[in-house]
Amino acid sequence: MRLSRRRFLKQVAAGAAASVCAPAFAAGPRVVVVGGGFGGATAAKYIRMWAPDIQVTLVERNREFISCPLSNRVLAGQAELIDLTRGYGPLSSKYSIEVVYDDAVAIDSDKRELTLDSGDALPYDRLIVSPGVDVLSDEIPGLRDLAARERVLHAWRAGPQTMALKRQLESMPDGGVYALTIPKSPYRCPPGPYERACQVAWYFKTQKPKSKVLILDANDKVQSKEALFTKVWKEWYEGIIEYRPNSTLLDVDAKTLTAKLEFEEVKADVLNVVPPQRAAKIAADAGLITANNKWVGVDFLTYESVARKNIHVLGDAILAAPAMPKSGHMANQHGKVAAAAVIALLRGESPNSSPVINNTCYSFVSDKQVIHVASVHRYDPEKRTMVVAPGASGVSAAPSELEGTYAESWGKNIWADMLA
Amino acid sequence: MKHQTSTVAALTLLAAFAYAYPASGQEQAARSLAANCTGCHGPSGNSSGAIPAIAGLERAYIVTAMQEFKAGTRQATVMHQHAKGYSDQEIEILAEYFSKQKRQ
Repeated sequence: MRLSRRRFLKQVAAGAAASVCAPAFAAGPRVVVVGGGFGGATAAKYIRMWAPDIQVTLVERNREFISCPLSNRVLAGQAELIDLTRGYGPLSSKYSIEVVYDDAVAIDSDKRELTLDSGDALPYDRLIVSPGVDVLSDEIPGLRDLAARERVLHAWRAGPQTMALKRQLESMPDGGVYALTIPKSPYRCPPGPYERACQVAWYFKTQKPKSKVLILDANDKVQSKEALFTKVWKEWYEGIIEYRPNSTLLDVDAKTLTAKLEFEEVKADVLNVVPPQRAAKIAADAGLITANNKWVGVDFLTYESVARKNIHVLGDAILAAPAMPKSGHMANQHGKVAAAAVIALLRGESPNSSPVINNTCYSFVSDKQVIHVASVHRYDPEKRTMVVAPGASGVSAAPSELEGTYAESWGKNIWADMLA
Repeated sequence: MKHQTSTVAALTLLAAFAYAYPASGQEQAARSLAANCTGCHGPSGNSSGAIPAIAGLERAYIVTAMQEFKAGTRQATVMHQHAKGYSDQEIEILAEYFSKQKRQ
């Protein structure tokens, strides 16, 4: 284990602090978690809650967590990023998790060691990787240079791109066209693009009524809550939202804001391209990707990689089970199953043989009206995957303000569940 | 040296105690199942905002509510869908667990 001086001093300080309240059991098993999003932060916290004898280090590149769920509202001026932002402080102060703000760059699965960008190497007994997705802008030739990517945004990670897209929409003259391209499934947050279309349409309807939202979907139909979104578009956003299925983006011209599709070219005033995605680079570099050159295969009892021992992978990066969306809520649930399994495995016990998890995804279709999709998933020992429990899935009967209040509450509660 | 030995012995004892202390299999199963609910209902069932807090509710009340959600006889936006995913026995376990959580 190599230590930078800064980190060595930090560890000494942490050790000194720990010894005041408890004998320093430096010998407990050690878990390192990569990624402080919905999956990783949850796993880190739940391991410490359930097994205080296990040492946990969380490696995260950002100083704060910004939620992607609910961030489409920022585009319509219905929320500020600060409302969706939480710190990692309580993970250290309440759960004694060592939070290291750094990039994880390499995993040595034989030595069981994670290397950070700073050069430090963290040894682990078990590693949990919840790295999210990489947005593959480079697959679109016209987006290979930085200037083009600054003009044609994805805003598929909440943060500076969200604000930049909001500014583009604000400076667009009334009568303009906002075009949103959607990649083929699977991608992060299946209802996300359709919710975004609603949020932009609501903004146009109230502020720039002559403007249009054009959805160019590579898929053959709306990928989530189809009937509800379609109904909302017809009833509330007729003449504003136009939906075009089977519209695969081949290239863009960032200078003229033109989307080049298979059979046509579409010029926009604001062009928002959600590129294809895959498990983040660290997963690829570590040899964890096993499916379609994109996703990480896992054992759904433990979330241990099928390719590498002692490495558990959570969230959007995994090859999902049927009908399991790539959502923050789902990652939070993966985190808890993995936490319990990692504790059991470190103690030489058998992990739970019948895990149950669920999903609830809310989408804002106006300033206050919301729809959801929900499901409960149970382990099927014969198929060795998670399957939707009979009858335990569905969507809203109709959009409602009541569900709007639940959606806001959901955000506060799930962020607290992972970080507070 | 003697001092060192006794420290090691004490630490070993404490470590053994720490390992002997973990939750029983039943407790582990209950907390894992209950962790399904806390994504929406908040840590230990303590919700902020419009989603009802479930920490510290009466056991029988939770069972009745969940059974009615499951049967579709209780007004719901989402719980009628979730409730169908859990067995009667699991509902009992969840009710027991959340009835014992402290309301904050």
